[in-house]
Amino acid sequence: MNLASLALLVGVGSLAAGLLGSLTGLGGGIIVVPMLTLLFHIDMRYAIGASLIAVIATSSGAAAAYVREGYTNVRVAILLEIATTIGALTGAMLSGYASPAKLSILFGVVLIATALRSFRPRAEHAILTTPDRLSAFFQLDSTYPTPSGPQRYSARRIPVGFALMLVGGVLSALLGIGAGIIKVLAMDQVMSLPFKVSTTTSNFMIGVTAAVSAAVYLHRGQIDPAISFPVMLGAGGGALLGARILTRADVRWLRPLFTAIVLVAAVEMLYKGVTGTI
Amino acid sequence: MATRLSDHEVQQAIGGLLRLGVIIAAVVTCVGGALLLAQHGGDPVAHQTFQGEPAALESIVGIVRGALSFDGDAIAQFGLLLLIATPVARVAFTLVAFALQGDRKYVVITSIVLSLLVYALVFGKA
Repeated sequence: MNLASLALLVGVGSLAAGLLGSLTGLGGGIIVVPMLTLLFHIDMRYAIGASLIAVIATSSGAAAAYVREGYTNVRVAILLEIATTIGALTGAMLSGYASPAKLSILFGVVLIATALRSFRPRAEHAILTTPDRLSAFFQLDSTYPTPSGPQRYSARRIPVGFALMLVGGVLSALLGIGAGIIKVLAMDQVMSLPFKVSTTTSNFMIGVTAAVSAAVYLHRGQIDPAISFPVMLGAGGGALLGARILTRADVRWLRPLFTAIVLVAAVEMLYKGVTGTI
Repeated sequence: MATRLSDHEVQQAIGGLLRLGVIIAAVVTCVGGALLLAQHGGDPVAHQTFQGEPAALESIVGIVRGALSFDGDAIAQFGLLLLIATPVARVAFTLVAFALQGDRKYVVITSIVLSLLVYALVFGKA
């Protein structure tokens, strides 16, 4: 195969990944590394670099829209970004010592966790309105738009959320993913922020977290333009297209399909990691 | 005296900045990618094993120099670099906004995040 056919196929695959990721709300980044390594036999290190590019492209486009609508909490984002950027630098350092086989096993585990999470209905929690001491100190109390007007909310258990964000940053850098699941878990379930605020703020933070490790990997020669450019244009275009379709069509049936793809990828990544054939 | 910058105005500006960054990065990457394929499209694929990139594609100075000499690889890489720089620009803008709002606490917090980002982007060491 020559470079032109590879770029075309990778571009089409990334378009599908970006589209599915945006329609299901699971993000396309999680499936880019399995696609590049399992389908195109590209080295794990190039795949992780290209995937981070996809993560930045897909999240930044969506983040631009959400922040204007007033859901994103910019202060929560910047405060927790201290944790995700430190985590990302740590993960980028660790990845220098991790073999592709070990990364593949870790990837398989994270894919399974993602699939399980998408099956489980999320636990509803009441919106916290009684002020929390730390939340007040860091000025995290805010409002978000609801059909019945702006709704006040406050954050709690900030140190626990911060610690989880460190883990999210490490995983993002190690595997080249957005790690949105951990970010949403930290804000929605731990810090009691409204779900819509959690998902949009997570999306907003993903670009900054991924930029840290992408920058380190660029200097390490893991960002290859021939692979990364079709991944960026494909995944970014797919996410954009998905956002358009989402407002008009009912696509809930896509979620089980995407979950199935994630599970198949998980099994393959685990198998290749354990047998050392990646 | 002008009224202080409201959070709403900051949000609108951040959204616009992110969108602009992604669009510019996409256009540059598209041009570079087309040129890359025109120059190397027929080359065999050699990404099964990791070899790293030529030194010129691993540093900001090298990428800019290559892009100025119309090397497709370098222009595509420059587009990718612009994409990576977009969230960094967002944090830098947020820092200015917090400073204009007189929010010292968040000037400090944002400075920490920005230093980590600039450190990664310029030195590339973790």
